[in-house]
Amino acid sequence: MTVTLAATWIDIGPLDAIPRNGARVLKTAMECVAVFRTASDEVYGLRDQCPHKQGPLSQGIVHGHFVTCPLHSWVFDLRTGAVEGPDEGSTPAYPVRVEQGRILLDIAALAGPASA
Amino acid sequence: MSTRTTTSAAELRAIADVVDKFNIPSVKVTGGQRIDMLGVKKEDLPAVWADLNAAGLVSGAAYAKGLRTVKTCVGSDWCRFGTQDSTGLGIKLERLLWGSWTPAKVKLGVSGCPRNCAEATCKDVGVVCVDSGYEIHFAGAAGLEVRKTDLLGNVRTEGEAIAVIAAIVQLYREQGRYLERIWKWAKRIGNDTVREQCLEDRDRRQALYERFLYSQQFAQTDPWAERVAGKDAHEFAPLADLTTARQEALV
Repeated sequence: MTVTLAATWIDIGPLDAIPRNGARVLKTAMECVAVFRTASDEVYGLRDQCPHKQGPLSQGIVHGHFVTCPLHSWVFDLRTGAVEGPDEGSTPAYPVRVEQGRILLDIAALAGPASA
Repeated sequence: MSTRTTTSAAELRAIADVVDKFNIPSVKVTGGQRIDMLGVKKEDLPAVWADLNAAGLVSGAAYAKGLRTVKTCVGSDWCRFGTQDSTGLGIKLERLLWGSWTPAKVKLGVSGCPRNCAEATCKDVGVVCVDSGYEIHFAGAAGLEVRKTDLLGNVRTEGEAIAVIAAIVQLYREQGRYLERIWKWAKRIGNDTVREQCLEDRDRRQALYERFLYSQQFAQTDPWAERVAGKDAHEFAPLADLTTARQEALV
């Protein structure tokens, strides 16, 4: 039997709490989520851990819809969590959206399988 | 300790107190004669910097493309071979150069005699004190590349040594390419050019020195003190902490 949780959007803070081309960390009981804001105010959520050597992606450099890991410069697509070539791998991406200046995260996705 | 090369009982006590208070897991002495405090939790950093600043200490710029450290030996004060006050010159150089940005990192050393305990001859700029004054060496490296310095020339006084070194750093700042260490820059433009402009041509040397001094008025700010005062506070705190909320949800 597969249990699917309905999307549960929770308010995790105002958009302007994250600098443009920056990130903040959301602490949860399961893991830390890096919440990114791009130059054009899109917001994305990735597990705050590079699969290579566990670098904190929230401290990486954001460019376009990508972030570069601060440890060894792996590049992640913020939309999917997929690593750009020539490196291989991915980190879970979590559903995040902005409504009336507030950032909402689907907490049900966090409760899903660890390697989404 | 960006403007220090010596320490005191009071400073060491203050460092020990910070290590205890914040459970800092690793403390070591660095190759540049500074004290590393490693493994501080990021959210603790502003409070750590505040306590260190309150004790009169300034955190160094360990990752900067800028001045790193000026390594020294004890010099004429405490060594029978010392010919000049190498520690004193090292402190003066560090006070002059700290906070300056450069194309790549800049490491200095000042040895009190040619026995060279401060290993000045593998630094970006090194001084070897001699009875007649100061030998100024430059373009050394001891990293991916290992390279002995070249001798730029000799000067008689401490003041001249300081002016020549500031002029070298300034010319390098004006001409060097990003990530190009001093030895690579010097190889590209030629040692003779550096010698002519930073040592032999007094007017050119003085102009470079003055430009360096002018720039330092705006560069010598302590970035850690700025963050203690609240700058970039978002960097050190989570956006939100759902730890408690999650636990409730799981119950």
